[in-house]
Amino acid sequence: MSPSSPGRIVVVGAGMVAHRFADQLRSRSAEGDWRLTVIGDEPLLPYDRVHLSDLFTGKDAAALALEPSVWADPRITLVTGERVERLDRDARTVTTATGRVEPYDTLVLATGSWAWTPRTEGTDLPGVFSYRTVADVVAVQEWAATRAAELGRPLTGVVVGGGVLGLEAAAALQGLGATTTVVEFADRLMNVQLDDGGGEALRVLVTANGVEVRTAAAAVRLGAADDGAVATMDLSTGATVPADVVVFSTGIRPRDRLARESGLAIGERGGVVVGRTCRTSDPAVWAIGECASFEGECVGLVAPGNLMADVVASQLFGGPRTYTPAPEGTRLKGAGVEAASFGDVFGLTPGALEVTLADPVARTYRKIVVSDDARTLLGGVFVGDASLYASLRPLLGRPLGADPSAFLAPEGGAPAPGGDVPDDVVVCSCANVSAGSVRAAVTEHGCTTVGEVKACTKAGTVCGSCVPLLTKIVTATLEDAGITVSRAMCEHFAMPRAELFALVREGGLRTFSEVVAAHGTGRGCVICKPVVASILSSLGAGHVLEPEHAALQDTNDHVLANLQKDGTYSVVPRVPGGEITPEKLLVIAQVAQEFGLYTRITGAQRIGMFGARIDQLPAIWRRLVDAGMESGQAYGKSLRAVKSCVGSAWCRFGVQDSVGMGVRLELRYRGLRAPHKFKVGVSGCARECAEARGKDVGVIATEKGWNVYVGGNGGFTPRHAELLAEDLDDDRLVQVVDRFLAHYIQTADRLQRTAPWVADYPGGIEELRRVLVEDALGIGAQLDALVADHVDGYADEWRSTLEDPDKLRRFQAFVNAPGEHDPDLAYTAERGQARPARPGETAHHDPVVARTLEIVP
Amino acid sequence: MTRWTAVCALADLDPERGVTALVEGHQVAVFRLADDRVLAVQQKDPYSGANVLSRGIVGSAGDVATVTSPMYKQVWSLESGTCLDPGGKPAHDLVVFPARVDDGRVLVAAP
Ligand SMILES: Cc1cc2nc3c(=O)[nH]c(=O)nc-3n(C[C@H](O)[C@H](O)[C@H](O)COP(=O)(O)OP(=O)(O)OC[C@H]3O[C@@H](n4cnc5c(N)ncnc54)[C@H](O)[C@@H]3O)c2cc1C
Repeated sequence: MSPSSPGRIVVVGAGMVAHRFADQLRSRSAEGDWRLTVIGDEPLLPYDRVHLSDLFTGKDAAALALEPSVWADPRITLVTGERVERLDRDARTVTTATGRVEPYDTLVLATGSWAWTPRTEGTDLPGVFSYRTVADVVAVQEWAATRAAELGRPLTGVVVGGGVLGLEAAAALQGLGATTTVVEFADRLMNVQLDDGGGEALRVLVTANGVEVRTAAAAVRLGAADDGAVATMDLSTGATVPADVVVFSTGIRPRDRLARESGLAIGERGGVVVGRTCRTSDPAVWAIGECASFEGECVGLVAPGNLMADVVASQLFGGPRTYTPAPEGTRLKGAGVEAASFGDVFGLTPGALEVTLADPVARTYRKIVVSDDARTLLGGVFVGDASLYASLRPLLGRPLGADPSAFLAPEGGAPAPGGDVPDDVVVCSCANVSAGSVRAAVTEHGCTTVGEVKACTKAGTVCGSCVPLLTKIVTATLEDAGITVSRAMCEHFAMPRAELFALVREGGLRTFSEVVAAHGTGRGCVICKPVVASILSSLGAGHVLEPEHAALQDTNDHVLANLQKDGTYSVVPRVPGGEITPEKLLVIAQVAQEFGLYTRITGAQRIGMFGARIDQLPAIWRRLVDAGMESGQAYGKSLRAVKSCVGSAWCRFGVQDSVGMGVRLELRYRGLRAPHKFKVGVSGCARECAEARGKDVGVIATEKGWNVYVGGNGGFTPRHAELLAEDLDDDRLVQVVDRFLAHYIQTADRLQRTAPWVADYPGGIEELRRVLVEDALGIGAQLDALVADHVDGYADEWRSTLEDPDKLRRFQAFVNAPGEHDPDLAYTAERGQARPARPGETAHHDPVVARTLEIVP
Repeated sequence: MTRWTAVCALADLDPERGVTALVEGHQVAVFRLADDRVLAVQQKDPYSGANVLSRGIVGSAGDVATVTSPMYKQVWSLESGTCLDPGGKPAHDLVVFPARVDDGRVLVAAP
């Protein structure tokens, strides 16, 4: 070990900041003489505590895990479920509760905080919780479910503490079906972050959401029911409120016991004292995150902790970085209400001017604080509409560039700052990414989309509130740098798909010739022709096989079947909801047997038959159509299938009829052409047997209706769908899904699946929710109409093909030799069925014969 | 002396689509262009070995009429058979079959 090398590094605590530290270490020094052991007492992989409340909306704990590939690094060891009990700084060891002794050369404390609860009588009763860990959330959830069943009625919940976490917890309790009260000691909610006006506006909004707010009140005693569980809470005001479940969110305290007991310097208000390098009073020991006290303060936010992690990772290798706390803002999340503030909220700076706009009708309160010359931005408070927060916060301490009141004006005010923010401004405070780094991601690392910039810089990946600003900077940088990301689809069309879609719709164009004459050149190609076909089809311009459209189709869409490697096709009838009668099964079996088709159950709950020659397709489909089946569009860039679980009709656990809904959705969107194929899943309860969150549209039943998730994907880049709307009734669910699909169809790029489309959507899932669920842009009716027209115009493609002798011509094998077929096809037998033969294998041209061949190995 | 085989009527072909014809034992992909010219190339896709080229999408690259394999999307000139986009693989050109329209009939010859 060289003197400057950190050697054996041990981190105590495996939370968010420890993860960041491990990740930094790994990427900072590809080589190097170090090994890292991270020891945490929670039993899980380090997870995203910031999004803890997502557990209440159906996300499972595993999905919260922070980027797990870090732990696969051979130099890094992660120990979970073990508490470090002792730190021996002379021996340079830590000892865990199980007696494991870990020697270190370098020790990093990242023990975070614990949730402090006042010493109130009754806090130890069953039904009283704090709100800090996955275990807390799971306990609250389980308690709410069993207690409601025991009492046989909806619960009443009380949250003590009206700060950001308390309000988040209150919304979570409400989500569990409890009538909820928030008790706050101060005279307003979020009293640290909001002024009186903001606090009052927030009270109005929170109350409107059905949460009762009691300010200037403290919990003084908790009372028990006969069975010993918590039942009531006495308040300092003399009132007693019912309380079947209680969550304390009364502040956090640094976990500094190890440091204290080993004699490290401790801050006056707790926390391990560190300086700008994040070193403690022992040069071999460092502290980062919420447990570290810098200039007398511990900060309860993840961004400064991440910054400290970066500093230590740099310092350990002789790097120059030091910790300078950046001014932090606070934004309420997960409470269904917007509230945010930053900087000098109370206008305490000498001479500070406050410009306030309170709009009781729109229920917004917004305040901008500026210096005495009205030039420099000092702070802001935003309640009810926090859209200015993301764009103004980075400008704290800088010239505002316009009259403050212009920003607050309801319409036509000063445009929010955009792509031109200075390089050193921190755009994403969670990941500590400056505008300059975002620009460098574009100019030096070749990123051309917001998605790529997020992946490259990690900006916008934690709380997401900076994504609108991020988008502006990326767009402006691309333009400035003259990086022409060619948006051309191909040599024939200079615009991307979404633009062409709008042009075709506005121009009422109905054929490829019209489209290329108006907006393109040449005769098209394999890229643009299917795009135009799909656009025309989405706009209801007729059957995909009408002569003018026929030439645009890929062979799959042209012969309504999926091309296989030997030039034959697969046949997949639609099986809505996975329901199939014995009679239809029999027909499928007979057809497969007679034509020697290889048969298997597909991943989408259907039956696929493979090996149909082009000239056999009409005969096969006539049999299927006569038996009441229709095309499953397994070949199209369109709805594949709606996967569902068996649901409440049969399942002991189902809470809604998922098959019924699956059938309804499948029959609604069948044949709807889109930029890419899309899949839908419907689960009848939160067990999620249909794996709906891996689908483009995932529908999951709740006691009250349906939750809908969008943008999921399995396959090459798996991604969980994100929650778009909750507790919808059947019709509203269909409307929201209609709008999502229509908006995607109109604006996505060629071959862009919903997952990247959602990921790149400017403003992210929240904006998508505003547009689709709240109809903030007023485009809802137009989106609804697109799907309604599709549903009205739907006809089974195979049935209409069979009825049209002209269309049937294209299924000839040889134009000049009717009855002949491709003599080069050859099949062999495998597991009792036919498959295309490889050169040299025992083979027969007829699969009916081939499947009976004796194969001698 | 070229021996022409009459394979079908021009009216049997859809503009910018292909059909397969048997010409003296060869499988031939025969295409009708938007301007009613008729061009023909081998039916076998050299990359997959499957007889599928008549089912490819017809288009243009600059002024040259093209077909794209429906299997792995390589692009050829229908006029010369030259492979214009081998999709990252070694280029394989196609055999071109002489083709013409005579009095509404489509004629194709073996090369
Ligand atoms: C509901 C909720 C919402 C939040 N929302 C936001 C937000 O919107 N924005 C924001 O910036 N911040 C938010 N936070 C705060 C954020 O989660 C923390 O700032 C962040 O997690 C701090 O990271 P850390 O690594 O310092 O501590 P932690 O993430 O708490 O990690 C410390 C870990 O160390 C373990 N540990 C402690 N002592 C020992 C020991 N002796 N041995 C072994 N293991 C030990 C702990 O169990 C814990 O797992 C939120 C927190 C909560 C609870």
